[in-house]
Amino acid sequence: MKKNIGIILVAVVVVAVGIAAWALTIHEKEILVVSTTTSLYETGLLDVLDNEFEKKYPDVNATFISQGTGLAIQTAMGGDADMILVHDPAREQAFLEGGYGVNRKIVAYNYFVIVGPEEDPADVKGLDPVNALLAIKAAGEQGEAIWVSRGDDSGTHSKEKRLWTAGGEDATELRDQSWYWERGAGMTATLAMANEKRGYTLCDMGSYLNNYVSGTIDLEIVVEAGRDTLNVYSAIACDPRNPGLEHVKFNHTMKFIEFLVSEEVQDILADFGVDEFSQPLFYPAVELLEEETNPTTASWIREFAFIDGTECPAERRYNAGNLSFLEIAALPTMIRREIFN
Amino acid sequence: MTSEIAEGIIKALQLLFSLNPTIYSIVFRSLYVSGLATAMAALWSIPIAVILGMRNFLGKRFIRASFNAFLGMPTVVLGLILFLLLRRSGPFGIFGLLFTPLAISIGQAILMTPILVSFITSAVESVDVELRDLARTLGSSEIQASTAILREATGGVILAIIAGFNRAFAELGVAMMIGGNVHGRTRLLTTAIALEINRAEIAFSIALGIILLGIVYIIAIILNYMRRR
Repeated sequence: MKKNIGIILVAVVVVAVGIAAWALTIHEKEILVVSTTTSLYETGLLDVLDNEFEKKYPDVNATFISQGTGLAIQTAMGGDADMILVHDPAREQAFLEGGYGVNRKIVAYNYFVIVGPEEDPADVKGLDPVNALLAIKAAGEQGEAIWVSRGDDSGTHSKEKRLWTAGGEDATELRDQSWYWERGAGMTATLAMANEKRGYTLCDMGSYLNNYVSGTIDLEIVVEAGRDTLNVYSAIACDPRNPGLEHVKFNHTMKFIEFLVSEEVQDILADFGVDEFSQPLFYPAVELLEEETNPTTASWIREFAFIDGTECPAERRYNAGNLSFLEIAALPTMIRREIFN
Repeated sequence: MTSEIAEGIIKALQLLFSLNPTIYSIVFRSLYVSGLATAMAALWSIPIAVILGMRNFLGKRFIRASFNAFLGMPTVVLGLILFLLLRRSGPFGIFGLLFTPLAISIGQAILMTPILVSFITSAVESVDVELRDLARTLGSSEIQASTAILREATGGVILAIIAGFNRAFAELGVAMMIGGNVHGRTRLLTTAIALEINRAEIAFSIALGIILLGIVYIIAIILNYMRRR
């Protein structure tokens, strides 16, 4: 018995010392908390970026909290994160104008698609997104189709609600109908449910490919990418001047945002997933916007994700260092004319 | 921050007393799903427990020990197993049970089976040995004897059923993984709280939390009262 107590004591001491040592090594690094969306996190992109970032800045430990965009922003507003990396321009604008965020940079984009079973019971192939939704609703009311919604206030959910609104429907009323399944979960979980129930859902291209190639789902893309389904990711630093956010690590945040828009990371973005999916999951946005490499897409992004004609309104810029912000006003006259006509 | 909590609680109370239909439909669904689960679990647990409590056979100790060991079955593991069994490509996929309330009930019934079996077996065993023998020697059939014993152990059986219900009612893993937390279908108190926190609907979460705690508390009080009797 005495021997046992001795062994237990030694074990407890060893574990305690181990935990203490581990805690100390972690605390040598400063922790940067990035509040981000499930669609970015679940593809594994952030792990790649994290490794690269910590190679460059060994004294900073970047950690990611992945939530729906709605909560990701709430988390940052509550002072529990140093920056956000999200995809919902309207909410981003509110975050900036509420005095919570500064120095917004558009980092990447891809597209949403509507995915559904191969049989396509609602016959939506070839329709534009809004009409496709209406067709799914009509088929759903006949008991022939199911729509699965994220229902978690994420960026994807916002996009879905906006598409319903564009079709003259109110998503908050639809949620009580029998063909409308409100999942209340992340993208992968929602896709898995749509797959099980042979339903349709709105999904970003990155998450779709990620789950399709891994064999989690066998749903097909029934409505292709286009202007109406553009999905733009932006990074915003928390404003250290905000009385509730004084403790944020603004310097590290700015390092991370500069890192995200650097050529190096933009190249990583362009390559990420190409080996596995034979196309990138996200497209880099910086060069596209700065140099008009693809004027059509650039004009879509400006139209959809710029706030008052700029990436970041002038009054919401603060100690931006090397960062510069794009403005429609600064574009060559020819392109500007095209936008306004 | 503290004001946020206070605000949340006030809003929660308003929601509770305004008889918000969304909240109450979730509450009733939770009660129904766990109630059905309890009925199913009782259906097979009581006979198992009576046999375990009244008879001696080889391996009985091992079976009892196994049920005791699964008293603390992690709900997520059970959820995972059931998910793999019930999904479309799984062995029971043809029944289309995944993401239905019935699937949650089945999962919860399995979850509470060890509780019911262990508690009821103990209750049966604690019935006076002489009474058990008496029942048998009076020439009654096995079923009559079992019924007589169960009648003596009623307190213990009810205790077991309440404890089992409580476990099912408060669990999250099974409901989340095989129910899928679909609004208006499989959203229960526990899964709704988990979701509303993710949606930053703090007041709604608090309201649901108050109800969940309230029901669990009342049940525990009843349990305690019965135990003392």
